[in-house]
Amino acid sequence: MHIARVIGDVVVTRKDENLHGIKLLLVQPLTPQNEPSGKPLVAVDSVGAGVGETVFFVRGKEASFPFYPAVPPVDAGIVGIVDHWDLG
Amino acid sequence: MIVGKIVGTVVATRKDPRLVSSKLLVVRPMDPRGKAEGNYLVAIDTVDAGVGETVLVVSGSSARMAAGLKDCPVDAAVVGIIDTVDLIE
Repeated sequence: MHIARVIGDVVVTRKDENLHGIKLLLVQPLTPQNEPSGKPLVAVDSVGAGVGETVFFVRGKEASFPFYPAVPPVDAGIVGIVDHWDLG
Repeated sequence: MIVGKIVGTVVATRKDPRLVSSKLLVVRPMDPRGKAEGNYLVAIDTVDAGVGETVLVVSGSSARMAAGLKDCPVDAAVVGIIDTVDLIE
């Protein structure tokens, strides 16, 4: 999983029927120093995250698991909101 | 998923039987501000998207979960046509 900041939202009207009702957010992966790392991507939200929050997300087919038994075609999904994180 | 712009189509007569009647699109990935970046890719269309539209592309094995692509040999699918992207900055 990766830590990222939610930097925006994406509005999609015409989409796969299994994506209906699912929120799409733009996330920017972060380094441990809270700097942007790599390119932003679109992730689905299953935990009620919002713009500006720090979250962790999972990549790959596992991103669809929070929506079981539905199987939406998604490859990145936010699965937690980070309260704080520390490096020992 | 990534944001991309459709820049072309691919015509292929000889192909895997499970790809017959699939529409193949050439997609250029974009950053959220609309600037093109990175390499082109070929994705299967599942939402009747067309050239010039901004779309949502799912990659990897998840692409097979798009409508009509079960057990198809694909690794990228267009699953949505993007209306707007709102950024905080």
